[in-house]
Amino acid sequence: MTGLVKTFGRTRALDGLDLNVRAGEVHGFLGPNGAGKSTAIRVLLGLLRADAGAVRLLGGDPWRDAVTLHRRLAYVPGDVTLWPQLSGGEVIDLLGRMRGGLDPKRRAELLASFELDPRKKGRTYSKGNRQKVGLVAALASDVELLILDEPTSGLDPLMEEVFQHWIDRARRDGRTVLLSSHILAEVEALCDRVTIIRNGRHVETGTLTELRHLHRTAIDAELAGPVDGLADLPGVHDLRVDGDRVRFAVDTVALDAALRRLTEIGVRSLVSQPPTLEELFLRHYETPAPDAPVSAAPGSDQPTGVRR
Amino acid sequence: MSTLTGTGHLARLILRRDRIVLPLWVLLLTVLPVSYAGSFFALFPTAAERAAYVTGTARNPSVVALLGPVYGDSVGALTAQRGGFLQVIVGLAALLTVIRHTRTEEEAGRRELLGATVLGRYAGLTAALLVTYAASLLLGLLTAAGLAATGLPAAGSLAYGLSAALVGVVFATVGGLAAQLTQTAGGARGIAVGVLGVAFTLRLVGDTSEHGWPSWLSPLGWAARIRAYAGEHWWVLALPVALTVLLAVVAYPVSVRRDLGAGVLPSRPGPVRAGRVLSGPFGLAWRLHRGPLLGWSVGFLLLGSVVGGAAEAAGRSVAGNAALEQVMARLGGASGLAEAYLGVSLGVAGLAAAGYGVQAALRMRSEEAAGRAEPVLATGVHRSTWLAAHLVFVLLGPVVVLALVGLAAGLTYGLSIGDVPGQLPRMLGAGLAQVPAAWVLAGLAVLLYGLLPRLSPAAWAVLAVVVLLGQLGAVLELSQWLLDLSPFTHTPQVLRAGWSVTPLLALTVLAGVFCAVGFASFRRRDIPVG
Repeated sequence: MTGLVKTFGRTRALDGLDLNVRAGEVHGFLGPNGAGKSTAIRVLLGLLRADAGAVRLLGGDPWRDAVTLHRRLAYVPGDVTLWPQLSGGEVIDLLGRMRGGLDPKRRAELLASFELDPRKKGRTYSKGNRQKVGLVAALASDVELLILDEPTSGLDPLMEEVFQHWIDRARRDGRTVLLSSHILAEVEALCDRVTIIRNGRHVETGTLTELRHLHRTAIDAELAGPVDGLADLPGVHDLRVDGDRVRFAVDTVALDAALRRLTEIGVRSLVSQPPTLEELFLRHYETPAPDAPVSAAPGSDQPTGVRR
Repeated sequence: MSTLTGTGHLARLILRRDRIVLPLWVLLLTVLPVSYAGSFFALFPTAAERAAYVTGTARNPSVVALLGPVYGDSVGALTAQRGGFLQVIVGLAALLTVIRHTRTEEEAGRRELLGATVLGRYAGLTAALLVTYAASLLLGLLTAAGLAATGLPAAGSLAYGLSAALVGVVFATVGGLAAQLTQTAGGARGIAVGVLGVAFTLRLVGDTSEHGWPSWLSPLGWAARIRAYAGEHWWVLALPVALTVLLAVVAYPVSVRRDLGAGVLPSRPGPVRAGRVLSGPFGLAWRLHRGPLLGWSVGFLLLGSVVGGAAEAAGRSVAGNAALEQVMARLGGASGLAEAYLGVSLGVAGLAAAGYGVQAALRMRSEEAAGRAEPVLATGVHRSTWLAAHLVFVLLGPVVVLALVGLAAGLTYGLSIGDVPGQLPRMLGAGLAQVPAAWVLAGLAVLLYGLLPRLSPAAWAVLAVVVLLGQLGAVLELSQWLLDLSPFTHTPQVLRAGWSVTPLLALTVLAGVFCAVGFASFRRRDIPVG
């Protein structure tokens, strides 16, 4: 989708959003609550009609060809609500059949690995278990595209791991996954490429490596001699000197020059940390202007993330 | 922490959330009886005119069936009888209010949010009951004051006001108890409305048969037996008070014994796999609508059997009443009177069937608002198919229940006069004649749902206006164009005047247009509209 605009009354939920998911990839769709992720997904599903912009889904128009496209995808909303009088197993079968069939073997495997009791009635499931019903129904369906809108909200860490296993398997089966999330560890573990949105606008897209490349690496080194000449290098920030120990952050483009200077002084030990997704994320959301270009992001007040 | 801690806060929350609806029904149900008194003063200023009205109309079994008995021919007595059906609405409003603030809250999980703060175990139920009791009493006292202000005796006005208030109090408590029994607000509403229906049926049977005792089993029967403006029997007021205490004594322990969110009636585990029927939008709609359809069907079968069974006796009961016999002669003798009574009863059934249609249509709204429509519409199900699946029940549901009420009435009436083969098809036809008018209201709900989903509950308001038009029309002598707004005004009186196809066809076309516009709008609009 390109240049997507969707307004609700006076609220501009999507404001020129671009999102491009390639076939066969697991694509992370990151943004804080209210950024417009669910709205974008509903436009993709042909439930909402875009006010402007172009949308193509699996080669079709999601509004006009909704039904034919829907047979090729499975969708899990962020808050799965079930019919109080239907059992979980009935809901899984019903949604599967309406999508055009589901794999009974995979259904059984999924039920076992998510430890879900399919006999309980919809109203008696907890939030996490409702979410599992939606996930089992989607993952057991024979579809080429999975659209998951914050699917793991309410799942415990063990189930989060099970979920990651199944997404991995979907990728290996050649399926495409659009995974909206604000859980960074999940996106970091699963996604080939990531799109970050804020206030309904696209901020950044790329592989995690590419995104990291645009950002700074944290360096913590113990040197053999006095530290000089570092502060003057372009691209070096937050330099802190403590005896013969230096810590600083460096733009990726200036990394080479900074390391050369360090080796000239003599390096006794060195730890470098690539930016975590969390840092990328926070950098975007702490900047006041939503459309500030990446290179202009201020770097003085970034909390240091922990390497996972 | 006391068991009642936080009741005051909750009561204020309820008043805040109900600040529009609650004053509205209190005011409406106060103004109506006062307006009845005003119109009786204006229409029948002399005792002779009132006596003629009593013998000619007020004692007519079909009027008694709907409103209850009349005691005497004073303006007060006529007003008290006229207000008889309003008591049913008071009871309905009271029980719906209590359930809305107890079980609905629990089902939506909002009570959990509050339960985690400082709240006593009894606070939720008590707050809902207290607010509704207070509203009922306010309604009673305002009504009494309003009636006295028209010039009616103060004692009778107070008796009538209190009788209405206590109907509210009793059914508020019925609602409170029902809310403890089931897990869903819908289930609780079903039970409580069912109790109200049984109370109405008992009163109807008692008042229209020689044996009056069934009326003494009904809180609605008690309300009439206080005999406002006719030598008040004040002691009757003790009956609803005692019943309220009894119901509360049952409801409170139950409310504590069960867990939050759970009901007393257990929920059984369901199947592991979906059956063959449950494989598409129509199967899903069947599962969602079959419960209400069954409930309404049973209710309509009962209603039909009761009115059909009572009709022959009602026709006979006027023997010896000269004025009524004259009216009867115009209607075609005793059988004519029985059939007038059946016609009125089937008209009430038509209104109820319209209510069913509206309820079934608004099911779509709750599916969408709860987020259950979205996952279905994200599968290979077309929007039109989803809507059509629900529409089957919106349109065919009223047909089924009206056919049942007609068949049941035809069977019992036919048995009582020994003419089952003749009456069965006639009553079936008379029941089905109500269908197009019910469709118009159901179609309006579909239209609103497609076009202005947030406003779709307004379909209930339209139904309420239609019910009131039918109730008020005759008494207030409203102008014809106002009465013509109600689709039921155009429904032919099949039993009395025979079939007339044009109005039925026109109503059907109107309902079809409503549905088509709703359909077209739904296909084009955003989903979900929260």
